[in-house]
Amino acid sequence: MADVFAYIEHNQGVADDSALELLTAAKKIFPDAAVTAIVMGSGGDLDTVCNEMAASYNAVWKVDNAAFSFPDAEAARKALLNILPGDCVLLLSHAHLGMDLSPGLSIKMDSAYISDIVDVEGLEGSTLKVIRQEFTGQVSTHVHADISNGAVINVRPGVFQPDESKAGGGEIVDKSGDIGDVSVKRKYLETVQAEAGEVDITKSEVLVSVGRGIEEEDNIEMVFDLAEAMGADVSCSRPIVDAKWLEKARQVGTSGQTVKPKVYLALGISGSFQHLGGLKGNPFVVAVNKNPKAPIFQVADVGIEADILEFVPELTEKIKELG
Amino acid sequence: MEILVCVKRVPDTAENEIEINSEGNDIERDDLVYSVNEWDNYAVEEAIQIVDKVGGSVTVVTVGDDESEEVLRREMAMGAENGLLLSDDAFEASDGKGIATILAGAVKKGNYDLILTGAQADDGAAEVGGMLAAIMDYPYASLVNTIEVQDGKLKIGREVEGGNQDMYEIEMPCVLSIQTGINEPRYVGIRGIRKVASVEIPKQGASDLGLDPSSVGEAGKKVNRVDYFVPEMGEGAEMLEGSTEEIIEKLIDYLKAKGGLK
Ligand SMILES: Cc1cc2nc3c(=O)[nH]c(=O)nc-3n(C[C@H](O)[C@H](O)[C@H](O)COP(=O)(O)OP(=O)(O)OC[C@H]3O[C@@H](n4cnc5c(N)ncnc54)[C@H](O)[C@@H]3O)c2cc1C
Ligand SMILES: Nc1ncnc2c1ncn2[C@@H]1O[C@H](COP(=O)(O)O)[C@@H](O)[C@H]1O
Repeated sequence: MADVFAYIEHNQGVADDSALELLTAAKKIFPDAAVTAIVMGSGGDLDTVCNEMAASYNAVWKVDNAAFSFPDAEAARKALLNILPGDCVLLLSHAHLGMDLSPGLSIKMDSAYISDIVDVEGLEGSTLKVIRQEFTGQVSTHVHADISNGAVINVRPGVFQPDESKAGGGEIVDKSGDIGDVSVKRKYLETVQAEAGEVDITKSEVLVSVGRGIEEEDNIEMVFDLAEAMGADVSCSRPIVDAKWLEKARQVGTSGQTVKPKVYLALGISGSFQHLGGLKGNPFVVAVNKNPKAPIFQVADVGIEADILEFVPELTEKIKELG
Repeated sequence: MEILVCVKRVPDTAENEIEINSEGNDIERDDLVYSVNEWDNYAVEEAIQIVDKVGGSVTVVTVGDDESEEVLRREMAMGAENGLLLSDDAFEASDGKGIATILAGAVKKGNYDLILTGAQADDGAAEVGGMLAAIMDYPYASLVNTIEVQDGKLKIGREVEGGNQDMYEIEMPCVLSIQTGINEPRYVGIRGIRKVASVEIPKQGASDLGLDPSSVGEAGKKVNRVDYFVPEMGEGAEMLEGSTEEIIEKLIDYLKAKGGLK
């Protein structure tokens, strides 16, 4: 059986939520495998994360190097290539770092790359059967991959339950001396923090959130009218920010804000995982969409099949009448 | 600066509901409206803006069939100087690695300082750019949302969690995958398309690129999509039914109960 590894993302001594989700995914592929966590970083925080991971994983490989004081995928790829066995299976989170690191790593390791899996069906010989989605979740696919020469697998964040069993008790092995030369042609300079906006949607109790279904910039006004009538704030999906119709600080999602409202009204939003990744705290979700098969209806509590351009003004009118 | 931009022809999800065909082995492709992958338009716009500033030329390339020529023409109407169609029976059913291998064949034939891809395409794999960089042994950055040309180098920003931005200096030649929102892609009218309608677009196959046909296509793939399906729906949302008035009444009741009205 292949050696199985999980790449642990962490920040200031705290492991990312994906850390224990990857363990669940790994065990779903290889129920009996010993799984090794790889924790790369620099300095004091690193030991905290390694100790935490040792409780859950069967082993922890620690890599301590100044090059990893910041999570740099280019350097990490070189290091991993030097320490990983050739035909291993490595799992990572399909987020900003995994997207930067994994595809190239699979080429260098000459192994299969399986991107953004949402479920595992099982292993048959050296054929790994998984499930992915295409077209922002509108359809699913069965994918079969030949992992006889190993695999790099990116796992969608948030879909596997974290493995809280703490059944690891693994030993921490220091691999810092084995990573070789990690100099790269891409140099990290600094991180620029996102700008604050005129409203802080992370504090809002009620959000009226607008997506590409609004079609035109001029139509955004009707969303503000509704929000005002409800006493809510306006947030949005990414395409609205890309089009510069609303400021970045109003974007909900993995590359925007994480919000925790009581009520979330999604208007013309399809429900991509990157959007939903920013919606926490189990709010009451209402979705209005003209496509009855939109993935958002799978996560909403209440759904309405309607054209928002007609529905929103009528709803605003009725709410005002209550006032 | 010589810039190559990789573009893909994909079904336009704004224009189509994606459905599965009766055999379950593909999506229903009759009557589908196709367009350029959303991310790739931003990549082409960025390339054009760089060349406007520092000189050079933009080439757009796609791996596809004869119908894919239309997306090259669209991007040429935006301002890309050259188009290149990579097409061969041996390329059919390639996985991401196969596509990257084919594109690398074209990169090796050219003399590009910078190669741009979209961050992801319709299959959401977000893999081709990183694979291409690794095959070429070029530095790579994904999800790039700013590019500034400095002498002999680029200063770039990568979008990360929470909308923060990691800034890097990267050497050329390099591969960057472009995130949406980096610019505002220009509008292409019918007149623009007409202007490039008769421009010759060279077409190259495996032998032109010096590729071993067994390294690409069906023969070279490790990752195989076997079918499309619609998953067993969970309970899903309670769909409100009735006239618009009735629906609004029910919704308002819900909103009141859940604290959605102040
Ligand atoms: C690395 C990365 C990070 C990302 N981060 C984020 C993020 O933080 N936040 C985010 O939102 N996205 C993010 N995205 C983008 C994400 O993948 C989706 O592309 C995006 O969320 C889609 O936004 P949407 O639902 O508004 O648009 P679409 O997916 O285009 O959906 C529009 C919906 O509106 C419906 N509709 C159309 N017209 C009407 C009408 N008149 N009435 C009613 N319904 C209508 C359609 O049926 C459709 O369901 C990210 C992508 C990447 C690659
Ligand atoms: N058939 C193709 N031809 C040219 N470029 C492609 C092709 N498929 C993918 N790409 C490029 O790779 C990017 C990411 O696609 P993917 O890895 O398939 O999600 C796209 O935005 C394109 O720039």
